[in-house]
Amino acid sequence: MNHHDINAVAGQINNIILGKQQQIRLALACLLARGHLLIEDLPGVGKTTLAHAIATALGLRFQRVQFTSDLLPADILGVSVYNRDSARFEFHPGPVFTNVVLADEVNRATPRAQSALLEAMEENQVTTEGETRPLPQPFFVIATQNPSHQIGTFPLPESQLDRFLMRIELGYPDSAAERALLSGTDRRTLLGELKARLAGDDLLQLQRAVTAVRAEPALLDYVQALLRHTRVSPDFSHGLSPRAGLSLLQAARAWAYMDGRDHVVPEDVQAVLPAVVSHRLTASGGENVSSASPAALLLQVAIP
Amino acid sequence: MALKPLKLDVRPLIAREVYVLAAGFVLASAAHLLRMPNWLGGLVVATVLLRIYLAARDQPLPGKWLLALVAFGTAAGILLEYRTLLGREAGVSLLVVMLSLKLLEGRSQRDGILLATLGFFLLVTNFLYSQTILTGLYMLGCAWLLIVALVTLQFTVRWPGWKIPALRAGALLVQALPLMLVLFLLFPRIQGPLWGLPHDAYAGLTGLSDNMSPGSLNSLIQSDAVAFRAEFRGRIPEAPALYWRGPVLWDYDGQTWTAPRFVFNVNEMPETAGPTIEYTVTVEPHNKRWLFALEMPVMRPPSSFLTRDMQLLSTTPVRSRMRYDMSSRLLPAYGADDTEVMLQRALQLPKGYNPRTLQLAAELRRRHSDDRRLVDEVLQTFRNENYVYTLSPPLLGQHAVDEFLFDTRRGFCEHYSSAFTFLMRAAGIPARVVTGYQGGQINPVGEYVLIRQADAHAWAEVWFQDSGWVRVDPTAAVSPARVERGIASALPSTDPLPIFVRGNFAALQSLRLTWDSITYSWNQWVLGYSPERQRRFLSSLGFDDATWQKLAVLLVVGAGLALLIGATLVLRDLRAVRGDAARALYDRFCRRLARLGLRAGAAEGPLAFAERAAGLRPELAAWLRAVTGQYVAIRYGGDRSVLALRELKRRIKEK
Repeated sequence: MNHHDINAVAGQINNIILGKQQQIRLALACLLARGHLLIEDLPGVGKTTLAHAIATALGLRFQRVQFTSDLLPADILGVSVYNRDSARFEFHPGPVFTNVVLADEVNRATPRAQSALLEAMEENQVTTEGETRPLPQPFFVIATQNPSHQIGTFPLPESQLDRFLMRIELGYPDSAAERALLSGTDRRTLLGELKARLAGDDLLQLQRAVTAVRAEPALLDYVQALLRHTRVSPDFSHGLSPRAGLSLLQAARAWAYMDGRDHVVPEDVQAVLPAVVSHRLTASGGENVSSASPAALLLQVAIP
Repeated sequence: MALKPLKLDVRPLIAREVYVLAAGFVLASAAHLLRMPNWLGGLVVATVLLRIYLAARDQPLPGKWLLALVAFGTAAGILLEYRTLLGREAGVSLLVVMLSLKLLEGRSQRDGILLATLGFFLLVTNFLYSQTILTGLYMLGCAWLLIVALVTLQFTVRWPGWKIPALRAGALLVQALPLMLVLFLLFPRIQGPLWGLPHDAYAGLTGLSDNMSPGSLNSLIQSDAVAFRAEFRGRIPEAPALYWRGPVLWDYDGQTWTAPRFVFNVNEMPETAGPTIEYTVTVEPHNKRWLFALEMPVMRPPSSFLTRDMQLLSTTPVRSRMRYDMSSRLLPAYGADDTEVMLQRALQLPKGYNPRTLQLAAELRRRHSDDRRLVDEVLQTFRNENYVYTLSPPLLGQHAVDEFLFDTRRGFCEHYSSAFTFLMRAAGIPARVVTGYQGGQINPVGEYVLIRQADAHAWAEVWFQDSGWVRVDPTAAVSPARVERGIASALPSTDPLPIFVRGNFAALQSLRLTWDSITYSWNQWVLGYSPERQRRFLSSLGFDDATWQKLAVLLVVGAGLALLIGATLVLRDLRAVRGDAARALYDRFCRRLARLGLRAGAAEGPLAFAERAAGLRPELAAWLRAVTGQYVAIRYGGDRSVLALRELKRRIKEK
């Protein structure tokens, strides 16, 4: 198992979702860094396909939960049902008991249902009816949010957003990718033909390898400079939390690993930073909104 | 960390910054405010208070036209008050007023920085008035507060509270210490002020003058100001021998004794035998030319001369503290060969004054043909009859000597010396009044003699045919204690005297002496650091015959070293972050690339920069990648080996 495999997986997914190399790499880096992914975009840009493709290519089990306003925690986590034959309550695991969960339109459900999922994400285990059940490993949640229709939704609060390692936007494909999409084979067929490149514990091995990527003091200085800037700059109303710092470093490690390096360089941090921090930073609403963007943040902080 | 560049001219001053600027300004100008006329001081204080009020209420500042009007009006007022805008008093007042108006006008951060910087200039003007240790400490405090203001002005983002700027200003002062020492020790010294002090800078200096009229010494004796200090090499002579000679007064008009405008100089020192007393005098500025020496001086300090009547005169008025080595010899008499013209002058009397004294002199003359006998009898009279030594004598009328000798019989040295000299002249013995200081306080802390203005004294000299001029102190005849134990013991305790001269409070007295000893050292080593001292200091370092060129080189080297020390202190933290050797090499590599037109952005990662640069200059691509790869392997890959560093150097040198 090495970074070639994960790049091969990326290549496979690229064949299905066209023109989104960067986002696919980020999504895989997020998975390697043991984080969860939030995709914020319009319907029909390929969110489900991406989630499905990732699961298939990595040889993982996949479940999809459509979040609606009447969704209950039990619909996600599972429920105990009385079995007459054995005269016992039996736990029927919910869709969360899988490797990759696609939580579609997570902001449509009530906070109660949302928090059921989010707690599972944080703890990697589910507690129902006094019993704690571990989730399968690896466990990866891809949640989607639809940003344009906010009526009747429950937007995730900032504290919950912080639990997603990355937030990415897929966006429309460019014209060449769109043409290839329109003229090519049906995506579902392609998805069906997709072969699992990894199997068993391969992904866990990769995740462990990512943790071993080294971050030298010089790089930690850079990460700290970035964090400090968000905390002292008047452009942001809050700085990044220590958890955000850890996430940033872990994501940068995953990115470095995918690049075939055993150490993180500032470019890795810069590559993952927009996806890692964009949902955690709020502009303070000064006259200069553009300087509050993650891209501007990168330009303003010198590499020590 | 790259913060956004400061926009100096747009960021408005906030209340906090106004407060600290106002505080710095008020502290730096406080001493001036007390000296200024009330209307000016009041105006300045009102201006500052108005600015503080406006800042606190966040109100708009007054318009430019109003300020211009006030500025011109005040300038006109100063012109009326002082009749000039130049000079020390008027110039300083103008500076203080204009700065207060600038404070009222200051809107932006840029104005604030300007104000704080001008504040340092204001600070220097305080030294035109005083250069004592206390002033130095006071100015240090002001400088610190102004630096606090400057630091405060730099906080654009998050205010950390007053503690941080206060500490940082202190740290800045400490960091400036090495440079300060180098500049102090090595900056070429110029004797006297470089540009000449304003003409009114010497007003109010006290000291003996070239004349003595009733009451003139009296006011001097009320002053506990230091006249000079003398440090003896060897044993300090007994108090009765400590006659410090000053102006010699020849001419009497019935009221006032005056020194002649012109006296012959002695070209060679009188040749005398016997042990000399060696000492060093540090005289406080008194704006007159007299230098003081024990009777009789047998040498003269540089740029001074000795007159025939043994006055030691500097070539220029003593306007800054002056230090000179002296030696004296306790002579019984001198000047037996004085010319007839001089002796005639020492016999002149104003016509129509003091008939009773003239009569007494005639009678004395009749009884004694021998001059010495006559002198002795007069001193006997002073000693035995009811003469009283007091600082508060009754006022005398036209025939002052008559009234003193026959009616009031109360007086102090100026009365006795004046009356005695008059009597001698009336009896045909050449005589003159000598003023100066007598005695002094031995400071056991610093082992020197401290002579205050209160030690001012007047005595007489008479000329005998066989020996020459001999000192006669009629006061000593009346009150031996004055000469033996100092003025305080000679006077009744009801007489007004400065508290420190009287010395009843032992603890206070010893505190005072300790403090004076500290002041003396300060004067010697800080204020008295003259070109001569600097030369001696340099030669002790091994730089004999230091020309100004050598001094300049030394100064540059010294300042460089001092800056290096300061920079090391400052950059120590910084180096820990950016400092490894690979980074230094890489920075040099980047500078080389910058000269080729390939500039790395501060926020650009090394690999990204290498790729971008390779795109711009494909012929360098391999080299760029090789160097950058090695650098990244060391800095981010954690390869700390010497070999890796050597490899980085080798790769950089490839092109």
